[in-house]
Amino acid sequence: MVDVAVVGCGYTKFDEHWNRSLRDLSTEAGMLAIKDASIDGKDIQALYVGNMSAGRFIGQEHLGALAADQAGLIPIPATRCEAACASGALAFRKAYMGIKSGEYDMVMAAGSEKMTDVKGTDAVATLMGAGDQEWESAIGLTFVGLYALMARRHMIQYGTTREQLAMVSVNNHRNALHNERAQFRYEITVDKVLKSPLIADPLRMLDCSPITDGAAAVVLVSDKLAGRFQNPVWILGSGQASDTVALHDRQSLTEAMATRVAAKKAYEQSGLTPQTVDIAEVHDCFSINEIMSIEDLGFCRKGEGGKFVEAGKIGRDGEKPVNTTGGLKAIGHPIGATGIRQVCDITRQVRGDYGKLQVHGVKTGLASNIGGTGATSIVHILGSERPGR
Amino acid sequence: MVHNSSVPLYWRLRKSKYNLIGTRCKTCSTAYYPARHLCQKCRRKGEIEEFKFSGQGKILSYTIIRSAPAGFERYTPYAVAIIELAEGATISGQVTGKIEDIKIDQPVIPVFRKIYEDGSGGLIHYGIKWEIADGQRA
Repeated sequence: MVDVAVVGCGYTKFDEHWNRSLRDLSTEAGMLAIKDASIDGKDIQALYVGNMSAGRFIGQEHLGALAADQAGLIPIPATRCEAACASGALAFRKAYMGIKSGEYDMVMAAGSEKMTDVKGTDAVATLMGAGDQEWESAIGLTFVGLYALMARRHMIQYGTTREQLAMVSVNNHRNALHNERAQFRYEITVDKVLKSPLIADPLRMLDCSPITDGAAAVVLVSDKLAGRFQNPVWILGSGQASDTVALHDRQSLTEAMATRVAAKKAYEQSGLTPQTVDIAEVHDCFSINEIMSIEDLGFCRKGEGGKFVEAGKIGRDGEKPVNTTGGLKAIGHPIGATGIRQVCDITRQVRGDYGKLQVHGVKTGLASNIGGTGATSIVHILGSERPGR
Repeated sequence: MVHNSSVPLYWRLRKSKYNLIGTRCKTCSTAYYPARHLCQKCRRKGEIEEFKFSGQGKILSYTIIRSAPAGFERYTPYAVAIIELAEGATISGQVTGKIEDIKIDQPVIPVFRKIYEDGSGGLIHYGIKWEIADGQRA
């Protein structure tokens, strides 16, 4: 069986890039990954691009070919992957499978989103394309509204407190302080979160990841080529699962079944467990989703995510450091880029060359990227040791 | 612009949007609202028929939307809930009346209301909202 490693990664500054286009950002991210890997772009055999909604954000489709074109990589095959907010992880998984299948030995997976060319209310409506257009968007639901419905239920069912939700954002902001590519690099307090404007009760402005422009890219190679690289970071497990697109059709409002299924597969393949994996990147599009993800990934029991956060266990020096570089909340959430950005951060932490962002002694890390309200969930586990060795 | 302002799209859904009509599988009795035309449990062995829901429901969770998507800006703040119908299906819907009256597990009934308008000259979208059942108000 072919083993696959990440040998290069990079992401642009995540920000409101008024003066930069999707093309500029994607090309920059690709070049960062190529430089990091010290390869020649012409060695890349295929390209996968994660993007949610360039068609609505900038009126541009056909992003696969566009990325290959802009990167000077034509005529290699280039494919756009879309699974709402999990588009990035989907592109990564497709690149991984392309190598795993024996078809390619070196592939680039990238992700991008340019969200600020439209006004805020249009961006909010576009994001609702990740939900059910006929039955959720049609009655005026928003994404923060959907997560608020989960948050309310989680609070009622498990006693999760408003303060615990706020602590998620506080931790993410603190972790982003040294991340130069983060959109927000300042500390916030629980009090500040609780005094920020209500967006959809019980969620407030500072529970929400922002609207962001940005791109990220990684280079993946087969074991045949991995020996040429100094610090290959191996993909130890990859799981993907689906659930109903509409939140109201779920068995439970407080559990992402697809995350549990995807994580189980990734854990089984890697031989790791929620207890033995060192760090995690989770999908904190809204604070409640970080709490639910911590539970669904098995770091604590269902319903105890709030207490886990309150006890400081997700801190950079905690029992299970989560979102060590700022998460979606503080780094920003350019939808299609996020899944690849998570892999970049895990890769650097596992390589151990992350400077001020480095968490000590990381050998393995998990990346959990969620589409919509949990209709797509993709989990990857990466580590410093080649699988099965 | 709200994408689901498409007239044909709304026309196709008018029956279920106006009358709480979904479907039910004759084989296993599972009721679906919104309508599904393939039973999730029986798949090919299922037999789907049209089914009108009683309208009895209760609130599983709710939120107050204060920052609306394009098309709904003028209605804020408005309440949205997930309603569990007596026959088993769950659906998202706006809740009318006073926001302070809304509580988890509260019984609600469907009412026919305007949902939104596509600007001054566009289609007016009607549909079902939910009202707190009589005798249940605080």
